[in-house]
Amino acid sequence: MQSTTTKNSQKSTKEHPSGDKRFKALDITMKRNQYRQDALIEVLHKAQESFGYLEEDVLLYVARGLKLPLSRVYGVATFYHLFSLKPSGAHTCVVCLGTACYVKGSGQVLEALEQKTGIHQGETTPDGQMSLMSARCIGACGIAPAVVFDGTVAGKVKPEEALEKIKDWGINQG
Amino acid sequence: MDITELQEIAEKERANQKEIRVHCCTSTGCRAANSMGVKKNLEAAVKDHGMSDRVQVVGVGCMGFCGNGPLVEIDSKEKLYEQVTPNDAESIINSLNGGGIPTAPEGDLKHPFFARQVRIVRETSGKIDPERIEEYIAAGGYQSLYKVIHDFTPQQVVEEITKSGLRGRGGAGYPTGLKWATVAKMPPGQKFVVCNGDEGDPGAFMDRSVLESDPHRVLEGMAIAAYAVGASEGFIYVRAEYPLAIERLEIAIKQAKKLGILGSQIFESNFDFKVNIRIGAGAFVCGEETALIASIEGGRGNPRPRPPYPAQHGIWGNPTLINNVESFANIAAIIREGAEWYASIGTEKSKGTKIFALTGKVKNNGLIEVPMGITLREIVEEMGGGIPGGQVKAVQTGGPSGGCIPASLLDTSVDYESLAKVGSMMGSGGMVVMDQDTSMVEVSRFYMEFCRGETCGKCIPCRAGTVQMYQALTKIINGEATEADLVKLEELCEMVKFTSLCGLGQSAPNPVLSTLRYFREEYLALLKQGVLNGKVAVHG
Ligand SMILES: Cc1cc2nc3c(=O)[nH]c(=O)nc-3n(C[C@H](O)[C@H](O)[C@H](O)COP(=O)(O)O)c2cc1C
Ligand code: SF4
Ligand code: FES
Ligand code: FES
Repeated sequence: MQSTTTKNSQKSTKEHPSGDKRFKALDITMKRNQYRQDALIEVLHKAQESFGYLEEDVLLYVARGLKLPLSRVYGVATFYHLFSLKPSGAHTCVVCLGTACYVKGSGQVLEALEQKTGIHQGETTPDGQMSLMSARCIGACGIAPAVVFDGTVAGKVKPEEALEKIKDWGINQG
Repeated sequence: MDITELQEIAEKERANQKEIRVHCCTSTGCRAANSMGVKKNLEAAVKDHGMSDRVQVVGVGCMGFCGNGPLVEIDSKEKLYEQVTPNDAESIINSLNGGGIPTAPEGDLKHPFFARQVRIVRETSGKIDPERIEEYIAAGGYQSLYKVIHDFTPQQVVEEITKSGLRGRGGAGYPTGLKWATVAKMPPGQKFVVCNGDEGDPGAFMDRSVLESDPHRVLEGMAIAAYAVGASEGFIYVRAEYPLAIERLEIAIKQAKKLGILGSQIFESNFDFKVNIRIGAGAFVCGEETALIASIEGGRGNPRPRPPYPAQHGIWGNPTLINNVESFANIAAIIREGAEWYASIGTEKSKGTKIFALTGKVKNNGLIEVPMGITLREIVEEMGGGIPGGQVKAVQTGGPSGGCIPASLLDTSVDYESLAKVGSMMGSGGMVVMDQDTSMVEVSRFYMEFCRGETCGKCIPCRAGTVQMYQALTKIINGEATEADLVKLEELCEMVKFTSLCGLGQSAPNPVLSTLRYFREEYLALLKQGVLNGKVAVHG
């Protein structure tokens, strides 16, 4: 990590040396927050939204932008469950395992998905097509069990329906 | 903006509202069942039938009966339609002309699920468009804020809230007035007001619903609090899992600012109040107030020992008032109707109403706002409609910090003291009904898994204890445990409870302790065959 710091520690507000436009979006968010250090979580949200996950280069960029030690940025990025340091799949499927959903059988939904895809929760299929995640509760408990397919909440989901949905994404592993 | 302008907005809005308002729920639950498609077709049907002059389709917040959505309500005709599909829309609009009956199932608004509710926090939820401040103002919104700024001294506001008997709705039930008084007494200077919308209890979505359905009510409560304690800046901390709530809050703040109801010189007084939104990133422990502060400051959400309490030493070391979403959402009504009115609802020590998220195996799933002192039986059997073809085995309240109350204690009154006495707690409002097929040992392992995953790792009893308790429970479930393991589990529970730093660790053993208290035989039945108190244990 040390060596990359020096490699990248050039002008921080100008265009990123890689020419990657997504850094621009980060700059805008940081600027809007006046480079305040307490905006770190918001900036990381933006970074994850733009890049899909928080790669080391991005963490370094944020650390420099907010003038924070990398250890602090890294510490925050690893503390919160929603931040991911690994790339996620083209599609994401989040099964709620909160109490209401659990009591209504979300475990079976997850199991069916795991079986079909051959991956466990928290993993991505080898071809990078889909990430399977779980949530602690997404606040849709009234329509449990709930699953979020690519950001859209679905309620009262049966295992077959979930399988059907990922089939539409072209996922046919396992 | 002064009071006449506020009233003008209200009058203009009321005058513009059509004779028939067709309310279509656009909150998360119904959205997931395509209520936006329903709304689109309702609007098209109104146009097609040439009824735009007297009928208006309004996208509203959550009506509470989320389990049967999408919901469409025609307020003036006292009609509710459930599980409405876009195809039903035409028939609903047509029926307003006396043309036939709608094809969607009609709900029963006289059912105890609705009839037994007392709506204070949710008085306008599901009745107004949360994305238009004018609708909130037309329903009397922001008049309480005006009233306190012009007619009350800050101290009078604190006294009023104290007299109302309101207690915190975030879990612990600390008297709200007392907390406000502590912050108000701190020397003048930078102070903060924080609204805790982290809502981590899995199975609870009261705060989500309030934020999505009536964001201005929360903002008004926060502004009144800020006036009372002498704060000029506030934060609303919302979990990232609630994108619609965040979006609507952003809209609400913008609209209020534009009208001069938030920002500088509110209602032409010298009171300023600015609100920022902070978005969480998926950590249950951040609901704990000291962790919440750390997170607002942009750091890791690790709790710290108290005292000093946030009231004295909060954000960046400044006095900080932290209340839950629902606590703030009670404030405007208390100011409007008076403390005595509020205190007349509920029990001696628990005043007012509480919203519960009624979920699990019960027939009617959704949100209910009930007066304190109602019994669990009334909620589960009458309002919830019991369990179709099954039996209630237990009711879980308080989430991972609470406990399971057995069916034999369903007559327990819902108030802070009574729920604590039976080994559970009021909690934030999750209420999960479990039937005879639910294994209570698995339920306690479920919560332990939760705590094991959510411990922040700062102190050893919680970090290691939750792992060990989880392992012990797994061993029991796998039929590999002996009585000695059970004894060890109980010792662990006591140790973690009394030596953890924050509420997460202190309460993590509660689900185990309460199921051991009421469902011990289920644990015993799972133990390895062996001698148990002189008796032979049988495999379950
Ligand atoms: C682990 C843990 C999680 C908590 N989560 C929440 C939460 O999600 N929402 C909330 O309002 N309070 C939560 N609390 C309680 C807060 O610490 C605090 O007491 C509360 O926000 C105060 O507001 P009130 O007095 O209005 O209830 C939590 C406490 C602990 C120990
Ligand atoms: S009790 Fe648990 S969550 Fe609380 S500070 Fe200790 S380790 Fe962290
Ligand atoms: S428990 Fe699954 S949405 Fe709340
Ligand atoms: S989300 Fe529509 S009624 Fe609750």
